[in-house]
Amino acid sequence: MIWSKYSAPQAFYPLAGRLIPWFAAVAIILMVVGLYMGFFVAPTDFQQGESYRIIFVHVPAAWMSMFLYVVMAIWAGVGMGLNARLSFMMAQAIAPTGAMFTFLALLTGAMWGKPTWGAWWVWDARLTSELILLFQYAGVMLLRTSIDDLRRADRSSAVFALVGVVNVPIIYYSVQWWNTLHQGASVSMATGSKMAATMLMAMLIMTIAFWMYSIAVILARVRCVMVERESLPTWDDKPAVIHEAVEAR
Amino acid sequence: MQWGSASEFFAMGGYGLYVWTSFLATALCMVWEVLALWRRRAAARAEQRAAMLGGTDETAA
Repeated sequence: MIWSKYSAPQAFYPLAGRLIPWFAAVAIILMVVGLYMGFFVAPTDFQQGESYRIIFVHVPAAWMSMFLYVVMAIWAGVGMGLNARLSFMMAQAIAPTGAMFTFLALLTGAMWGKPTWGAWWVWDARLTSELILLFQYAGVMLLRTSIDDLRRADRSSAVFALVGVVNVPIIYYSVQWWNTLHQGASVSMATGSKMAATMLMAMLIMTIAFWMYSIAVILARVRCVMVERESLPTWDDKPAVIHEAVEAR
Repeated sequence: MQWGSASEFFAMGGYGLYVWTSFLATALCMVWEVLALWRRRAAARAEQRAAMLGGTDETAA
């Protein structure tokens, strides 16, 4: 298979359309399995009781918020380097979903912080840097909508996204670099996992589910962006519009 | 299985408000995002269709 073929929007559009149902189906199945494991298989935490179960949405959302930012920045960088429209469109399609997961990470974090620390919000390094990530997503999106010229909008938001990448390692290592109220990493590449196996499994399944959800939603959004920006109906897998147009002629 | 009854499950050991708010908010955000995309797709297609049909009207006249 020649992958470079799909860097052309005309070829990518129908491919994305065919892939969306598969990613959506896998996401739904994994969410059902992950929620079942999280609520019925994973044991009660000996320190935090049942409140820890927020972890099954909190950690996947927080991971996705950082991961999607990096992927968005990579697409923005590729767009800058190769001057590729599709790359900019991918970056544009990722931002809203990344922002949503950042918001959810902060919200579910507040829901966890209140019973555990006694406060919805504290200005510690982890929480503050994650809040800054939300502002960065907002900045990337606002910069795009505030510039009328598409090429300039693409490049400006790409530069903004690329510069902001420095915040991602700051978020990730904030619990090590500073004295934070936020607990340290439960799963680490260096030390392995400190969690019960079923807890870890449920969390990882939910993470993959969120990942698959993100791919499905982002592919759907990039298709919208393509139609909005380039309005080429021949890309459509169902060429009903063309027939109609031809009949009207 | 650690739940004796449904009410025990929903109480979440006294943390029900926090746990269920988290999961409900996440579910609502995802459903909202999917619905918003559905509407956006419909709007984009309608606009595309209008542009094409409108264009043919002009050439036909």
